[in-house]
Amino acid sequence: MCLAIPGKIIEIDAHNAQQAMVDVVGVRRKVDLGLLAEESIRPGDWVLIHVGFAMSKISEAEAADQMRTLMILGESAAALEEVEGYGLENEYPPSEYPASKSRGLVS
Amino acid sequence: MKYVDEFRAPELISKAGEEIRRLADPKHHYRIMEVCGGHTHAIYRFGLKDLLPENVELIHGPGCPVCVLPMGRIDDGLSLTANPEFIFAAFGDMMRVPGTHGSPLEYKARGMDVRIVYSPADALKLARLNPQKHVVFFAIGFETTAPSTALTIIRARAEGLPNFSVFCNHVTIIPAIRAILDSPDMRLDGFVGPGHVSTVIGCRPYEWIAKDQGKPVVVSGFEPLDILQSIVMLLRQLRGGQAIVENQYKRVVPWEGNPAALRAMAEVFELRPYFEWRGLGFISQSALKIRSAYGEWDSEQRFTVPGVRVTDPKAAQCGEVLKGVLKPSQCKLFGRECTPEQPVGALMVSSEGSCAAHYNYSQHRPITIDAAASL
Amino acid sequence: MATTAPKIKFREPQIEMAHGAGGKASRRLVEGLFAPLLFAGAQGPLSDAAHIQINGTRIAMTTDSFVVSPLRFPGGSIGELAINGTVNDLAVSGARAEAIVVTFVLEAGLPTDILEAEVRAMGQAAEAAGVRIAGGDTKVVEHGKADRMYITTTGVGRLLPGVAISPESVQPGDKILLSGAIGDHGITILLARGELDIEAEIRSDTRSVFPLVQSIVRAAGGGIRWMRDPTRGGVATSLNELARDCGRGIVLSEEKIPVRDAVRGACELLGLDPLHIANEGQFLAVVSADQADAALEALRRAPGGAEAVIIGEVRDEPAGSVLVTTLYGGSRLVDMLVGDPLPRIC
Repeated sequence: MCLAIPGKIIEIDAHNAQQAMVDVVGVRRKVDLGLLAEESIRPGDWVLIHVGFAMSKISEAEAADQMRTLMILGESAAALEEVEGYGLENEYPPSEYPASKSRGLVS
Repeated sequence: MKYVDEFRAPELISKAGEEIRRLADPKHHYRIMEVCGGHTHAIYRFGLKDLLPENVELIHGPGCPVCVLPMGRIDDGLSLTANPEFIFAAFGDMMRVPGTHGSPLEYKARGMDVRIVYSPADALKLARLNPQKHVVFFAIGFETTAPSTALTIIRARAEGLPNFSVFCNHVTIIPAIRAILDSPDMRLDGFVGPGHVSTVIGCRPYEWIAKDQGKPVVVSGFEPLDILQSIVMLLRQLRGGQAIVENQYKRVVPWEGNPAALRAMAEVFELRPYFEWRGLGFISQSALKIRSAYGEWDSEQRFTVPGVRVTDPKAAQCGEVLKGVLKPSQCKLFGRECTPEQPVGALMVSSEGSCAAHYNYSQHRPITIDAAASL
Repeated sequence: MATTAPKIKFREPQIEMAHGAGGKASRRLVEGLFAPLLFAGAQGPLSDAAHIQINGTRIAMTTDSFVVSPLRFPGGSIGELAINGTVNDLAVSGARAEAIVVTFVLEAGLPTDILEAEVRAMGQAAEAAGVRIAGGDTKVVEHGKADRMYITTTGVGRLLPGVAISPESVQPGDKILLSGAIGDHGITILLARGELDIEAEIRSDTRSVFPLVQSIVRAAGGGIRWMRDPTRGGVATSLNELARDCGRGIVLSEEKIPVRDAVRGACELLGLDPLHIANEGQFLAVVSADQADAALEALRRAPGGAEAVIIGEVRDEPAGSVLVTTLYGGSRLVDMLVGDPLPRIC
């Protein structure tokens, strides 16, 4: 329902710390930092932009973490298959599968 | 593009697709609702349905602010353009949405002063640049957009700008989800939660869906890998008989949301007792209005609007589609009387409405019928 | 047919902006009102240029009106568009522009230096394209009755030997060639209007595509089935028209379609699809599979053709539609553009 995309802060207005220039692959636009009052935003930071306002500071660490999770999707699947090979799967219909067991399998 | 391209990586997308197929129990038909129209758009835009097994069905939810806006509100907003001293400013999304006497774009073609703005801040700028005119900003959107409007109003008051006001149509997502879950003919397995709304409200407001309704919720980003990963997370919960709120979009969404944005909203807005949603009817406490302290910047408090009510044609089955009871193509009007160019119902008016998305991007639309109708 | 009353299917009460925007509404107007009343005897689908026979000689003829705001923008201006647009319409019909006549509609009060700059731009564009300006007409309307200046150009051209193009000749297996990166012009204009407050290093791609057309005609003349310059409505609209006219499916590979960073960034920011954005210096060609590589090779060697690519092919299905496929196996239909591209926030 809301189009928002990542942009990189390239400059903060010297006269108004709530105004900054962002860059989206070579496209530049002024954005309002007023909704990120709690964060300290510096040039080089990435923010999520919606209707000309920065909505959120993007976390590089979380993005990297997500990438790692995505990369091992396949591998963890293989590991799961091994576990499933023990026939645990068939003991419970999917809807009744014990939560504790699933957590152990998934993470 | 950083934070975009890596989440469109083909090999990881294939892997995620495989994982979904592996996790989906072939004996179960999964019905997962993506609440947000942005997700609907992305699902069609990236052709993600092609990557899902037959038994994982995505139901398109109510999160399209353009779609759910009743036609009467558009008529009311446009009624202000009759005054030649007024500039009507709105997002591009609104421009082709038909009112009873035409869309904002048609009003513009007839000589009314209608402007497309990218940001509420741009509408404020228009007011500064045109002190002899009054700028009405026709605000739409869920909690993602409402804080920007709020901050713009706060700025207008700080500047003492008298020639700017907001015609407020901001709505809130939780009551709409509740309305859908309360619907008796509804059967859903879980929700792909609206990532960008959640940058503002955080993840806690969805907890009742998991706790009281027993449905898992995964707050999701908008790139193909985000959406697929969220489906993986939902299927894992379902497999494990779990129902919790998870945050897939951690790089952007803090669990607690954005306190500064929430403060700006609370400062400027209060809940309306009820508001009409196209396709869903009246929902109590589902929309925002401007507090009287900011009444000078509220078009509705400052000017008289006719208060038009327009009911959708009975034949349009928007409500059923919105609740996931019918697929877009199962509506009697789909692709025939109701097309993106001449929408009859709510969900055809915006490209993120489920009917328009289905019409524009899906292979299953009745192409021959459309071709015949347009000649 | 000639004796029956023309069948007018256009029933809309008044003309809206969308009727001139090159999408479905334009098509309804042309096919529902103009065609039955003006060219009832015409055979086949309507194209940008007509081929007519005079005393045994076949010539190509086309006309186009140019209405653009702002008049000047990075990389070009209305004057250059007025020449290149007509040269290109002739080129993609398989003809070399020989002569152009010009009509100016000017708003009283237009500063002479603005007019002079555009006339100079036209002269330079005509020289670059090797076309003669053979005559013209000027009308001045009252202040407020036009937006500064409109230019109409009408061109005649000589058909290149060995080319016979028509949508009906398009066959499954044929390849779709694109001359270069898309969306530069439309995004340049959108940003140059200044309303969106967005800046980018981007220029209109306005140019004559005739040298490129000539290069593929030389290399693969008989194998060229269809050509079009994807102006308003972009590549998606041109290819949808082709799909409808030939009754076949057009299948594109998304990753092959060249889009510059700035166009991509602007499209992501504004929620637009580059396939719907206007171009003024690119063309599409459908070439038979056996000649496609030769055509591509020739295009890439020609000046300004280095970015040319094969972006897809013609298939039986989805008949009448354009399908875009992705590297990871997703696909979507791409429709014609309804009206002008408008920025989205949701």
